[in-house]
Amino acid sequence: MMSPFLRSYLTVVWFGLAAFLIAGLLLGVSALIRPNKPNPEKLLTYESGVDPVGDGWSQSQIRYYVFALLFVIFDVEAVFIFPWATQLERYAGFGLVEMGVFVGILLLGLVYAWRKGVLRWV
Amino acid sequence: MNAVVLSTDLAYWAQSLLRVLGGLVAVLLPAGTIVYLFLFKMMSFMQSRLGPMEAGPYGSMQLFAEVGKWLQKEDIYPARADKFLFKIAPIIVLSSTFLLVAVVPFGPDAWFTNFEAGVFYMLAVSSISVLGILIAGWSSANKYSLLGGLRAAGQLIAYELPMVLAVVGVVIQAGTMNMQGIVVAQNAGSIFGWDGLGNPYIFTQFVGFVIFMIAVQAELTQAPFDMPIAESELVSGYMTEYSGFRFLIFFISEFATAGVFSMIASVLFLGGWAVPFSWFGWTNLDDIDNWMNVAGPLILFTKMIVLSFIIMWVRFSYPRFREDQLQRFAWKVLIPVSLVNIMLTAIFKVAF
Repeated sequence: MMSPFLRSYLTVVWFGLAAFLIAGLLLGVSALIRPNKPNPEKLLTYESGVDPVGDGWSQSQIRYYVFALLFVIFDVEAVFIFPWATQLERYAGFGLVEMGVFVGILLLGLVYAWRKGVLRWV
Repeated sequence: MNAVVLSTDLAYWAQSLLRVLGGLVAVLLPAGTIVYLFLFKMMSFMQSRLGPMEAGPYGSMQLFAEVGKWLQKEDIYPARADKFLFKIAPIIVLSSTFLLVAVVPFGPDAWFTNFEAGVFYMLAVSSISVLGILIAGWSSANKYSLLGGLRAAGQLIAYELPMVLAVVGVVIQAGTMNMQGIVVAQNAGSIFGWDGLGNPYIFTQFVGFVIFMIAVQAELTQAPFDMPIAESELVSGYMTEYSGFRFLIFFISEFATAGVFSMIASVLFLGGWAVPFSWFGWTNLDDIDNWMNVAGPLILFTKMIVLSFIIMWVRFSYPRFREDQLQRFAWKVLIPVSLVNIMLTAIFKVAF
């Protein structure tokens, strides 16, 4: 027997499977009635009607990868804020000051990144 | 939690089946309503035309006609594409919608899952759709798709943070991360001792509400945040190579997610499924009469329509942002404002 806690997470698994099931069902119905006549021109990669130039997986510069690094840092910080937010009534003034320092450092980090020009389009 | 669905004891498999069927309704009904009411009709009226009129009275059967049409379309895979990933990507996006609806409470006993960390769960599964979009963009082996997928990833990353931080204000006020607890805290609350309206957090957390709705707009890639699927630049971005029913799955999950996010926003900010408890003399969750299990979903659905109307209204009214303007707006405006909002909320919570 599973605990009610784990059981409610099992429901999540059923919901995830339901998406695959309903999509599979509809695609299956579709497979019965749709035509299937592939030819080389139809299967060509679409590039606004002209023949594709080079490989589809071409190299491109991801200009905002620094934002992704910043995101990881800030998202982890946000995870720390949530437990504090639920217990704020108990911590009262002490918790407020502590979190003020925490958010202050967070804002300082953002200002540092800003001044360094990381948030600029490069 | 108790395993009672509408006061009847059911076996586990029957409960799960009912939940999944309920989830199916909760995903497809808002999607259909939004597409017909807003995408077909409201957009047409805003552009001085009638929209679909032929299928059924005022074109109300148009949706069924559309699904019938899409079912008959050929399923084309580009020869160069990564076939397995290409096939599975739309389903991953759809499953993100299903996982998201699992956390929404519809009534005192009408919920699918009742997690203590419901808000956490909601924020976590809402980003699964990014994976599906990125997979779709990469596996198509198309330059437009690749650019669209990368733009989507950058955009969803940037707007995930304001969304997370906007919800913190609600969690501070409610003192719980349980979605049901947040609904009860709003409707059992009072504004300066007056409890005729409860205390919906849209009044005290108005800044949080606005930030949340902007972030939802961006997460749904609706205009003015539709760079990933910009038709005029990227020919529908990550969806360029998709055709037939797989394209429709992307389309359905886009509008279903709009509906589910509107439901979540109404749970967090508008009081969710409940009416203010003072109207009927309730004080907590156990007092609530059984009829709320029927009325609750209808109330939530009404609020969902109002919020998704706002999303669609903005979508049809504003032109597209540029990619750098979008990143600048998220990092230099929304995140500092939401951090300040958290601290102000905390100060007010401790002071009063």
